[in-house]
This record gives sequence, C-alpha cells and structure tokens, in this order.
Amino acid sequence: MAADPTNHMEPVATPFFFYLLGGLMLIGGVLVITRKNPVHSALALIVTLLAQASIYLMLYAPFVAGVQIILYAGGIMVLFLFVIMLVSIERSQRERQFNKQWVVGMVAATALGGLFIAVYTKGRGIFPEHALPAVEAQNTQNVGTLLYGQYMFAFEIASLLLLVAIIGAVVMAKKRI
Amino acid sequence: MTEPTSSLSHLDVEEREKPFLDANELVINMGPQHPATHGVLRVILRLDGEKVLGLECVIGYLHRGVEKIAENRTYAMFNPYVDRMDYVAAVSNGLGYCEAVEKLLGVEAPPRAQHVRVILTELNRLTSHQLWLGTHALDIGAITPLFYTFRDREEILKIFEKYCGARLTTHAFRIGGLQYETYDGFEKDVKNFLTFVAPKIDEYEELLTTNRIWVERTKGVGILSGQDCIALGVTGPVLRASGVKWDLRKAQPYANYKNFDFEIPVGQNGDTYDRYLVRMAEMRQSLRIIQQAVDALPEGPIMAKVPKVMKPPVGEVYHSIEAPKGELGYFIVSDGSTQPYRLRVRPPSFVNLQALDKMCRGQLVADVIAVIGTLDIVLGEVDR
Amino acid sequence: MLDYIKSYLTSNLTPGSAGNMFWAFVYIVVIFLGLSVAVIAMNWLERKILAHMQVRLGPMRVGPHGLLQPIADAIKLLLKEDIMPAEADGFVFWMAPIFVVLAAFTVFIVVPFGPTHAVTDMNIGVLFMLGVSSLSALGIVMAGWASNSHYPLIGALRSSAQMVSYEIAMGMAVISAVMMTSLNQQGTGTLSMIGIVQAQQAQGIWFIFKFFPLGLIAFFIFAVAMVAETNRAPFDLPEAESELTAGFHTEYSGFRWSLFFLAEYSAMIAVSSIAVTLWLGGWLRPFPNLLTGAKWDLFFFLFPGITFLFLAGMCFYSTVRMPKHPLFRIQTIGLAGFGVVLGLIGLILFIPAVRERVQDIYWFSMKVAAFMYLYIWYRGTFPRYRFDQLMKVGWKILLPMGLGVLILTAGVGLWPLIQQTIWNR
Repeated sequence: MAADPTNHMEPVATPFFFYLLGGLMLIGGVLVITRKNPVHSALALIVTLLAQASIYLMLYAPFVAGVQIILYAGGIMVLFLFVIMLVSIERSQRERQFNKQWVVGMVAATALGGLFIAVYTKGRGIFPEHALPAVEAQNTQNVGTLLYGQYMFAFEIASLLLLVAIIGAVVMAKKRI
Repeated sequence: MTEPTSSLSHLDVEEREKPFLDANELVINMGPQHPATHGVLRVILRLDGEKVLGLECVIGYLHRGVEKIAENRTYAMFNPYVDRMDYVAAVSNGLGYCEAVEKLLGVEAPPRAQHVRVILTELNRLTSHQLWLGTHALDIGAITPLFYTFRDREEILKIFEKYCGARLTTHAFRIGGLQYETYDGFEKDVKNFLTFVAPKIDEYEELLTTNRIWVERTKGVGILSGQDCIALGVTGPVLRASGVKWDLRKAQPYANYKNFDFEIPVGQNGDTYDRYLVRMAEMRQSLRIIQQAVDALPEGPIMAKVPKVMKPPVGEVYHSIEAPKGELGYFIVSDGSTQPYRLRVRPPSFVNLQALDKMCRGQLVADVIAVIGTLDIVLGEVDR
Repeated sequence: MLDYIKSYLTSNLTPGSAGNMFWAFVYIVVIFLGLSVAVIAMNWLERKILAHMQVRLGPMRVGPHGLLQPIADAIKLLLKEDIMPAEADGFVFWMAPIFVVLAAFTVFIVVPFGPTHAVTDMNIGVLFMLGVSSLSALGIVMAGWASNSHYPLIGALRSSAQMVSYEIAMGMAVISAVMMTSLNQQGTGTLSMIGIVQAQQAQGIWFIFKFFPLGLIAFFIFAVAMVAETNRAPFDLPEAESELTAGFHTEYSGFRWSLFFLAEYSAMIAVSSIAVTLWLGGWLRPFPNLLTGAKWDLFFFLFPGITFLFLAGMCFYSTVRMPKHPLFRIQTIGLAGFGVVLGLIGLILFIPAVRERVQDIYWFSMKVAAFMYLYIWYRGTFPRYRFDQLMKVGWKILLPMGLGVLILTAGVGLWPLIQQTIWNR
C-alpha cells in the first residue's frame, strides 16, 4: 500500500491518537471505580473498551478490534447493564465505595507497576522498534490460521472451559426455578 | 410459586424494605391512560419480570351514575341514556331496555317492529364484533385488520344513520315498538350490505386465522374453563368459547328470535383463539339471521298501543338479552309512578371483567393486553 | 491541492483505502445527507404504502400527495418542547439518542455502494458493521434506564435481550456467507464488504443461490434476524405501543425522539445493506452471468433511466388527475415540477458516461429499497410476537438452523478437497 502513488498523506497522526485514546481509557477507568452510580460506572467502562478497540486498530489488529467491539462493548456490556439496571440504585448510592484494605491494594499496584517497568526495560530488545506495517490486509486470515493451526489445542481447551461455564450457569439457574 | 394475594395493601411496595437485587416484584400501573386498555380502565399489575403475579382492576373513571339518573327520568326519557352505556352496541342496549319496560307494562311490539328490531340489533352485533376484532388485532400488533373492519363497519353505520339519524348512540327503538317506519330502500340497503360483507369476513379471517404469529399469540392464552365462567358469571362469546352452549337468543328467546334459524357457535378450549373463532362464527350467524329477517319482513303497524304517560303497575321485572358482549339485563322496580323506583343494569362487560385476574395469572404482560382485548369490554358499560 | 483531489479519480480504490482525506470527507458528507434524505423519503413511503395497504390514503394535505409531509413533521419535531423527566438521569438521558445515532451512522463508512463508492474498505467490514450496529443496543438500554420510568425500562430490557439473542443467529448466517467467499480458491476469503461482492462477481453467482438451498437458508435466517435486530414488526416488542406505550423512548419528545427515529431507520438501511452485500450481489446488476447478450445489456443499460421516467410518468398522471380547483394550483404545479425533476434525472441516466459512474449506486439502492418495502409489508401484515415466543424463534429455531447451515456450507465447500484426499490415498 505504501507503493500506491495516490497515498500522499501520512496514514494517521499516530502519537496524537495514541495519547488521545490512552487518555480516554484512563479517564474511563478512573470513572469506573469512582462513580457511585453503577450504571455510570458501566458507561465509563464502555468508553474504556471502545478506546481500547481503537488502540487495537492502531496496532494493525483490526480483527481483534472488531471482536472487542462485538463481544465486549456490544454483548457483555449490554448484559452488564441489563443486570445493573435491575439493581436498586438508591441502595448502592448509600454503600461505602472504598474499603480499608488500601495497604494491600497499594502493594499490589506497586508490584504490578514494577513488573511493567521491568518488562519494559529488560525486554526492550524483544519488541520491534515499530509496529509491524502492512499485515493489516491478512490480519484476519493470520489470526484464523494461528488459532486453528498452531494454537488449536489451547483454543479447544478454552472453548471447552466456556462450554462448562455455560452448562454450569444453566444448571445453577435451573435449580432456582 | 405461592398463591399471591390480590388485596391492594399487598400491592403497596413502599412499606417494605427493598432487597438489594429486587428482581422479584415490579408493580406497573397500566392505564387509565394506556392505548390498550380500551378506554379508561386502570390495571395494577404485579410482575415478576414479565410474568403476571396478580392484577387489580381499578374502575369508575367513566362513572356517570346512569342507574341513579333513571330514578329521576320518566321511562321514555331514560331510553336515550342506555345508549351511552355500551356505546358500540347502542341498539342492543335500547332493545333490552325497551323490552324490559314493555314486559313491565304488559305490551308487546307488533311483528314488523320486532323484525326491524332484530335486523338492527344483529347489524349492531356485527359492528360491535368488527370493532372488537379491529382493536383486538391492533393490541396484538396487527394494524391492518382495524382499517378493514372500520371500512365495513362504516356501511352499517350508514344504514343506522339513514334509519334514525344517528350513527353511534342511535336511540333506535321506542317502548312499544319503533318511532319511525323504515326508510325507502331499507331492505335493499340491508341486502346489499349482506352480499358486501360476507366476503369481507373471509378477508379478516385470511389475515388472521391461519397466521402463525396470531395463532401463537392467542392459542392457550387466557384460558377460562366453563366452570370458571359460570362461577364468575361470565357470559356471551367468552362463555361460549369455553364450551358452554348458552345463548339467551335460544335459551330464553326474546323479540322474535325463535322464528329464526341459526346456530350457536361453541369453542372447546376457552382460550383467546377460540373466543376469536366464536366471534367470527357469530358474525356469520348474524348475517344468516339478518338475511332471514329481511326476507320475511312483514307489513303492519310498528307501534303497539302504549299510553302517552307511562305508569307501569307496581312490581318488578328482570329482562335480559344477549348483547354482543354477553347477558345484558335490566332490573326495574316500579312504584306505580312515571319514573322507575330503582333501575339496575347487569352489564356484560362489568361482569366479564371480573375474570381478568383469573385469566392473566401466570401469563406474561403481553397476554394481559390480549386478554383485555378478547374480553371485549367497553368502559362506558363497566362504569355506567 | 487540485492535483491531490484529481489524483484520486484515476485510482480504482475507495477514498479511505487510497488515503485521500478530501474525497473521504466528501463521501462522508454525501452519505450523511443521502441517508437523511433516504430516512425522510422512507418516512413518507412507509406512511403512504401502509396507508394503501390499509384502504386509506395516508398523508394528502401537505404538498401534493403529502410529499412535503416528512418536512412538516421534521419542523414540528424540532419546534416541539424538549421534555426531560424530573427524576431522569440527565447526562445519560442526553447521551442515549446521540449514542444511538452515532452507532447507526458510523456503520455506513464501509457500506459499498459500488467498487469505489464507499468511504473506506476495511478488511473487517462485516465484523465492523455488526459490531457497531450492536452498539445501538447500548444506547437503547441507556435511554430506557435514564428515563427512570417503568415502561422504558421494560422496553430497554426487552430490546437488549432481543438484540443480543438475534445477533448470534445473525452471526452464524453471516459467517456462512463469508465462508463462501473463499471456497473457489483457498486463501481468498475476506470479511471486506467490497471483497465479498467481488468474490460473488468472480464466482459468477450471488451467494443466495450458492450451494442451493444453503445460501437461501442463510439469507432467510439473516432476513428474519435483521428485522428483530432493528426492532421492527413483527419483532417490535421493545416499542410495542399496546403493551409498553412506546417502549424505551416513551419519555422522549421533540428532537431527541426524532434522533431515535432517524437511528431506527438508518439501522434498517444498514442491515439491509449487509444483506444485499452478502447475498444479493451488492452493486452488481441482476444476474450478470445468466442474462447476458446484447439484448439484456441494452435492457439493463436503459433500466435505471426507465425507472425514473416511470416515476415521472406517475407524477404527470397524478398531476392530470389533480382537482382543477384554484386552491390546488400550487400543489399541481409542485407535482408537475417534481415529475419534471424525476424525468430529467431519468434522461441524464441515459448518458453513458453518467450511467457508468452511477449504475452501481443505483442497483445497490434498488436492492436496499426492496428490503425497505419488505419491512413496510411485514408491518402491515403481521401481528406482534410475544417475548417468550420471540426468544424461542431466536434460540430454538434460527440458531440451530444457522449452526446447521454453517457446518453444511463448510462441508459442501470442502467436499472437492475431501474427495481429492480420499482419491489420492
């Protein structure tokens, strides 16, 4: 595509959009945990998920982005909202939002941050300098070939796990009726 | 599931502390301003999700005190008021009232008047059933039948208008017979109408009877057994759809229905689909009766000898007719004066509405709509 | 700059894939306007067609044969008081219609009106369309919850459950069509909307007829699911007026309500375009490989112009039949003028150079219009499903059918390969 003579402009202003989407994700994430109203939290989570999908797009992973939108933003969040809407909002407004285990949380956050920094500094050589260009056109096929070829076993295990989860959910729901 | 109580105090959820994940009970107030409650019926629904746990009808929004008004009007003056009860079947209401007073007075309308009465009443049954079909189908989501039925109902209303000048609240009959002789071409109009409407009824059936969605929406919905019907006093097509062959036109023939040959359509399952079929069959039977009546329309006087000032003897009378919606009864107590001492109406809609709770329990919200439609209530009659 | 604009015209790519921002912007504006006009026209057509199905006339007062009725409606809606319930959640209430409209309009980025007539050609086109149109369920849920009222809440719950359920059956049908793209040649499979149509062109068959009756069944599943997905009769439970007054938009009025209206109709057009692209050959003229030869070429060459001339003729016929009263003079002139415009468009379409550019859009729009007519027809004919029946249809009928079609399509498509392997042993 780079050889196309009609392509006069840079594809996208990458850093700008990266920081924009990253900022959106962060704001959304903070809103998820700080909003008292669970519906607002869920909506903030949707913003985060959509921004995440856009970041996938920027990483030339359109298939993952599409699946992210369909499954998370379109499917799972609708079900989340479905449940949340039936919860009495007044009650949740009165609940305390933070508990006293902030020490544990701090330790966990520090450990995770440290891990990220370690991976970033130590593993710099592993990651390529730039994202792989021009694989976009074959992205879906590549994902498919990998999933059903190299990672067939893992894929099947995951689907089996989901099947068990579905059956479990049905059994649990049936018992109550 | 435990049997839910249906007293109003239990509907009041404000008193109890709401559990955190309260998906068990939702109270919905359907009406009085709701497109599917056929007027100003208010139904308080207690729902578990979409399942109906119980419901409470709140009526009286259209109460005009018709029965009390009767005590302050002479017998003739009260006649137009009865049209305002079941306003889609005004002619039937008038017939019931006139015959009740005639019974009290001990007079009988002449044969020609009787024939015209039968023709107009049966035409009125058609309009009532057509209106029911249109609105019932509309409630279930089929919008087209409404326009078809209203198109054909218009033809009947034209005949009414030509005969007595009014389309809806006709005041067609007088105590003792008819006020007006039929207009020129009345018979021809009626006959033309009969040939016009017979294929139209097939048209309605074509849209609905075998329509998969219609059958799924109505079959097994709002089942009312024959015993329940009798226990609740439900009458009319609702009763007949439950398999009870009870039609006052045959059981206690009034007017001159005994002269006509017709059948009583009966259903088996007592569900909404059977009620639909029964009413459709009744429309065809009405056509048969009209055909016979108009073919054998006798000549003669149209008014019996009735005194100018009606003073019925002291006593009481109950007379009931088979209105389109069920048994319409008038109980009149006379103290010998020009005005009734007490007049009580037994409206079919009011009594049939009692079955709503029984029919709707355990069904879904959408079924409540279908059941209200299939009961064919008119709030003017429920509230009087 | 001019060179930049001109340079695109010689390429045979969509502006998005060519990276030409100017033309992409032009296309977006054109699609946005065209879509709004289409929704307005759809509004008029629905009222008119439904009216004629129901032995009435429909709008007749505003403009000749009510042609200006949608504009009058739009003005009315814009001028109406915008009511927000006192107990409503203001921000969510405000966001919901915007969200729905955004979701409904965004999908049109990838709708291929022709091989180059799309904003962009994504290689996940179908996935993108399904994903983004499923976002409108979120908007509906938001609207229902934010209204803080029982009817909208139940409407929203119904709607979200319905959309999530039917999306699965829809996905199965879509996947079976996508699989067909790669069956002639290994590795040519694609999710791109343009690629799918080109695959149909290359294989010389619309996917609705491919592996008869598998393609047809998949199309049928999609056609049912898409009606449910757009909340239209007979699956219009979320807005069943006899049960829930108006469902999720009960508390909305004025402009916000009209946004929901706009979104609903553009969503209808969007899913119809998916169906047209996947099964009915997209922008291809009917049966390009069957009805060949000079005669048919001439017929399909003239066809676009003839339809417009026919519409113009209908206008002139109605003009002649207009009452001769002076009160109707303006309306008569207006109708005649409308006819002249249609006739001119028809005549312009006879010019080969214009026709070459426009015929793809024409065929695509005609196919979508057929679906729009189906929508109206359904609405005039069917009663409404009950909620449990709706779920039954979705989960117990369409989903197993979809799975079956998917497996069979894969089997039939791989049959030559399987055969080969067996023979070679």
